[in-house]
Amino acid sequence: MPKLIINDVEHDVPDGITLIQACELVGVEIARFCFHERLSIAGNCRMCLVEIAGMPKLVASCAMSVNDLRLGRDGTPPTIMTESPTAKKAREGTLEFLLINHPLDCPICDQGGECDLQDQTMAYGYDAGRFQDNKRAVTDKYLGPLIKTSMTRCIHCTHCVRFMTEVAGVDELGSIGRGEDTEITTYLEHGMRSNLSGNVVDLCPVGALTSKPYAYIARPWELAKTPSIDVMDAIGSAIRVDARGREVLRILPRINDAINEEWISDKARHVWDGLRTQRLDQPYVRRSGKLEPATWDETFGVIAKKLKGLDGARFAAIAGDLSAAEEIFALKQLAEQIGSPNIDCRQDGAKLDPALGRATYLFNTTIAGIDDADAFLLIGTDPRVEAPVLNARIHTRWRKAEQRLPIGLIGTEADLTYGYDYLGAGPEALAKIADGSHAFVKALKDAKHPMVIVGQAALARPDGAAVLTLAAKAAKTIGALDGDWNGFNVLHDAAARAAGLDLGFVPGKKDLDVEAILDAAGKGNMDVVYLLGADEIDMDRLGKAFVIYQGSHGDQGAHRADVILPGAAYTEKDGTYVNTEGRAQMTARAIFPPGDAREDWTILRALSAVLGQALPFDSLQDLRAKMYEVHPNLALLDLIEPSDVAAIIKLASKAAKPGRERFGLKIEDYYLSNPVARASSIMASLSAMHADGSEKATGTDG
Amino acid sequence: MLQDKDRIYKNLYGQHSWKLKAARARGAWDGTKEMIARGHDAINDEVKASGLRGRGGAGFPTGLKWSFMPKQSDGRPSYLAVNADESEPGTCKDRDIMRHDPHLLIEGALLAAFAMRAHTSYIYIRGEFIAEREILQAAIDEAYDAKLIGKNNINGWDFELYVHHGAGAYICGEETALLESLEGKKGQPRLKPPFPANCGLYGAPTTVNNVETISSVPDILRRGATWYASLGRPNNTGIKLYCISGHVNTPCVVEEEMGVPLRELIDHYGGGVRGGWDNLLAVIPGGSSVPCIPASEANDLPMDFDSLKAVNTALGTGGVIVMDKSTDMIAAIARLSYFYKHESCGQCTPCREGTGWMWRVLERMVKGEAEKSEIDMLLDVTHQVEGHTICALGDAAAWPVQGLIRHFRHVIEERIDAQATKPIPASVPVAAE
Repeated sequence: MPKLIINDVEHDVPDGITLIQACELVGVEIARFCFHERLSIAGNCRMCLVEIAGMPKLVASCAMSVNDLRLGRDGTPPTIMTESPTAKKAREGTLEFLLINHPLDCPICDQGGECDLQDQTMAYGYDAGRFQDNKRAVTDKYLGPLIKTSMTRCIHCTHCVRFMTEVAGVDELGSIGRGEDTEITTYLEHGMRSNLSGNVVDLCPVGALTSKPYAYIARPWELAKTPSIDVMDAIGSAIRVDARGREVLRILPRINDAINEEWISDKARHVWDGLRTQRLDQPYVRRSGKLEPATWDETFGVIAKKLKGLDGARFAAIAGDLSAAEEIFALKQLAEQIGSPNIDCRQDGAKLDPALGRATYLFNTTIAGIDDADAFLLIGTDPRVEAPVLNARIHTRWRKAEQRLPIGLIGTEADLTYGYDYLGAGPEALAKIADGSHAFVKALKDAKHPMVIVGQAALARPDGAAVLTLAAKAAKTIGALDGDWNGFNVLHDAAARAAGLDLGFVPGKKDLDVEAILDAAGKGNMDVVYLLGADEIDMDRLGKAFVIYQGSHGDQGAHRADVILPGAAYTEKDGTYVNTEGRAQMTARAIFPPGDAREDWTILRALSAVLGQALPFDSLQDLRAKMYEVHPNLALLDLIEPSDVAAIIKLASKAAKPGRERFGLKIEDYYLSNPVARASSIMASLSAMHADGSEKATGTDG
Repeated sequence: MLQDKDRIYKNLYGQHSWKLKAARARGAWDGTKEMIARGHDAINDEVKASGLRGRGGAGFPTGLKWSFMPKQSDGRPSYLAVNADESEPGTCKDRDIMRHDPHLLIEGALLAAFAMRAHTSYIYIRGEFIAEREILQAAIDEAYDAKLIGKNNINGWDFELYVHHGAGAYICGEETALLESLEGKKGQPRLKPPFPANCGLYGAPTTVNNVETISSVPDILRRGATWYASLGRPNNTGIKLYCISGHVNTPCVVEEEMGVPLRELIDHYGGGVRGGWDNLLAVIPGGSSVPCIPASEANDLPMDFDSLKAVNTALGTGGVIVMDKSTDMIAAIARLSYFYKHESCGQCTPCREGTGWMWRVLERMVKGEAEKSEIDMLLDVTHQVEGHTICALGDAAAWPVQGLIRHFRHVIEERIDAQATKPIPASVPVAAE
């Protein structure tokens, strides 16, 4: 631990950090623009210059390791002065330089109120500028439908360039020109081909890159900020929902080192306009083929009539991808009361079985564990689409590796932003890994901490259970289940899935799963199907069944429904979600549901009362208490239970005979993968941009 | 004055052939094998003892620089990069070495690389030097053919030498920007530390030396450190190429002993100032990036590192730019300021923004369209740039302006006064009464 004297006080600081971090640790703030802890060091803004005794020049504290500092001649620890007249003068000078070509158009700049340049000018700047000549003007660039540019404001900190290259993994942003003509651009001015591009808006310390959909909508101080959890994928990124009145106006990431660090995907960030369109804001009942508005009482009456005296076996319930644990729990209880064993939360048909043990359907290594992994085997997954932020973490790991990191992919080839060995298309290649005969096994075996990641595309197929077993065998073969390291991982793409499995929202062995429910409905053997936000099934196969749809958006399920019960979206309720690691987290209500829509568990509770037997809870606290009794792991908010390797070893010991069909891709269109996203016009424009491959600006853009 | 017997660059003016045979006749490649047989450290010590200081501008002791290279490889190779990106205005010495005496450079590169245990060397040559590049490449081919360099060469040290040409950016003459450019990246200086001797080209230990430095190494070793150290003054030993340009009658590049008086350079080699010594206004003694000195300080000034430092300027590259009394000093420095504004890489703030600011103020000062208070403000801006940047280009942009204000503040003030007292031209509309 090096000793430093910082502003006359001696401190011990940890090894291997930079001076700016050391100062921060001991409570000395140093101004900075270009330094970012999760990006490489650029040292180009020169705001963080400090004086070090014995050094002829000021030193950029962001680029100076505490271990590189030399003791004074008399053996005194390195002496750092952050507030000496020289350091202060340099800082003020740099800030003045940054401002001479900055337009100072704060009143019309969207960054106003949360602008680093504004804040630091207040804290460290001169009172007035001395520059009298004309300021530089820079042509704005087209960076796609998410990012509004105002490049005259750019201070060339290169956060955006470093993020896109180092984290997002696409070399699309760079600086061209030199001197004061330096410009940040995508060279050919196309929309950035990355689903993490929105993060550059957060990273931009000034108003050069701002959110295009959010442009001129609100000032930060007008917004109510609610910490919450994202449900657009299954990793449960920490987000902050900014709302004004009854509208969500933007979504920003929160820092959670265990999951999303401080990034979120474009879908998580920009789906908010989908929260106000296509909303189900009152109950509907289908009368003579047409959905008509109705009151809650009428609607419940219709359902009660339909369910009266119904054989439980002719009732089925399917939970969707965005449902919170609370409503899944309530629906399970309701189904039990009706006497139906036909419940399923796996609307994609993934052959995951909670009976095999929790570890067989979770991302056991944990997302942070990726940083320690030194080999990857990806099976039937495209993490870049299924979990962009998680993929960025693999990319970062790959970038930091000193030697080429062994990454193997079995499934459909895709651009994952990092290099990998393509091992084969289907179960046959996986079987070869499992029995150790594949050439790539050596690289995986040599690794200390190999990870196997199984995607839903490998499991959501008739032989999914066999593939899962085979994957467990492969994990065992390559030594991913040794000692403290559990390298067996299932990557979910639906936020509700892990909680659904935890709650046991699956049919018994002899009962009907999604596939069988649809079959039965098609054949007329299923009278009532309850869809809890389930929109990803083939509605045509529901035949003549009476469909109750409870959800937030008028999507496929609502179109098919006979009765619609308007529910709340994830920003409108306090819901528990379990992410793919098995980590329970809670969303918080940022706004109220629109119109007559209600929080989902209350709908189920109210319906149960009309059906004759009220569910045994009257408040969310009651419900949770009941739920925690049966599933205590859901009470462990933000924590992870240690994974049970034995369950996977047991699974691996089973026989497996999968088919030969190749693993496909789970998500066809990343931007349109759930009802909220399909209601969003931003997502639609992104989808269109990527679909026709023309990321170019058109005359009607921006 | 340097005697003929002490000359290193015997074909500086290209009167003879640059080819291997002629170069050998002038002494190149003589006893190279024996010099290498003396061992890595012996060569390094010899260069240290000679007192050779880097000829690229900063004047860092060459032997000391070499000794920073690892003695034991940790698995990474070591590299020598020769900086032939000579772009400093007023400087044209490396160019003459490369086109007239390239074998001195090649032999020097072999010896220097051997001293620092490098088997590979790159010569990064300025993009505009097309003929020089062709000659240099031809000379290298000759050396390969004669087995003087390359694998299993007769000198006993495997050595590969590559010529890489730049694309015309001044900043690529900064050593770390040169390495970036050599790696195929945008030529922008790196942060130091780590220094190139730790982590340079492709992350391996690298030393970057100027062409003149490297090509004086063979003669130092052939004739001994004592000979070299006997020339010049203590701490400023040896021989230097001076480039005399500007308002002299015969501009030229000349090889002289370190510490030669400035007036002797101008009068003897440059053929005197245009219109006589009394017509001298100012001299920029070390290439465009050093502060100018007025005629009053130029007379007996010894041209070496320490003497020039004593008068607040620097030897730099030895590019002596002479300006007579017809020169508009403000316009001259404004033009240099424009050069630095144009060549700033744009990476770090003070240089990117400061160079443009200084140039714009100077452009106004040329016409007198400024306030007198702006002179001090301009000086303050130069101090805000100087020492606060990643590389030395910020300093190089600031110093000429500081020199101008230090010695010619009265000219700026007079210009401002003259502009202020000028009657308003008729073309400017006057507000209606």
